[in-house]
Amino acid sequence: MTINKDVNGKALTISLEGRLDTTTAPGLEEEINGSLENIEELTFDFAKLEYISSAGLRVLLSAQKKMNKQGKMVVKNVSEEVSEIFEVTGFSDILTIE
Amino acid sequence: MKKLEIEADVNQLNDVMAFIEETLDEAGAAPKTAMQVNLAVEEIFVNIAHYAYAPGKGNAAILVDVDKEAGELSVQFRDTGVPYNPLEKEDPDLTIPVAERQIGGLGIFMTKKVMDDVIYEHKDGQNILTLKKKL
Repeated sequence: MTINKDVNGKALTISLEGRLDTTTAPGLEEEINGSLENIEELTFDFAKLEYISSAGLRVLLSAQKKMNKQGKMVVKNVSEEVSEIFEVTGFSDILTIE
Repeated sequence: MKKLEIEADVNQLNDVMAFIEETLDEAGAAPKTAMQVNLAVEEIFVNIAHYAYAPGKGNAAILVDVDKEAGELSVQFRDTGVPYNPLEKEDPDLTIPVAERQIGGLGIFMTKKVMDDVIYEHKDGQNILTLKKKL
């Protein structure tokens, strides 16, 4: 998986390409943890995300909890397959999906 | 029927997924079905890798079979670790507010949701978990 970060003032966009799974989730978590200082708007762009497993969902949940304290978090360009995973797990109610 | 015998370790996940991808390709599975099978296989294998032999090491066998007549794929996991029936795990409460939510049991819950059947048996000292999915 490749992780692309784009910071614009207090807004951070993280674009993911590939698979967010048990193998790649720890790397993303590390990236997020090191990037959230002073960030008030976190956007995930999932246009090129092919796959997400529960390990990836855990990272999203942890990011959501952090952003609840310091601003907001949005997930955009979610594919049909990934969207179904969000539905099944109730994550579609937790996340702000645009 | 194809079989992969592999060390139950998270570092082997890519090999496991490659084995499954190959099967899905041969079976001509639709992208959505393929993703669901990928998801279930990852969750079950990672569970075995984390818990079956901890803190030691051991192997897992993965047997795949495509029943062309019934249009059904079956993936069976066998390990000789601690007897454990993941189907007994309680489903996570999805109604709890996000700030209080702990993510445990989500993997097996997702597996049950995306597969048509998940069957557990303990036989001859083996945990045998079978996933079934219509193609």
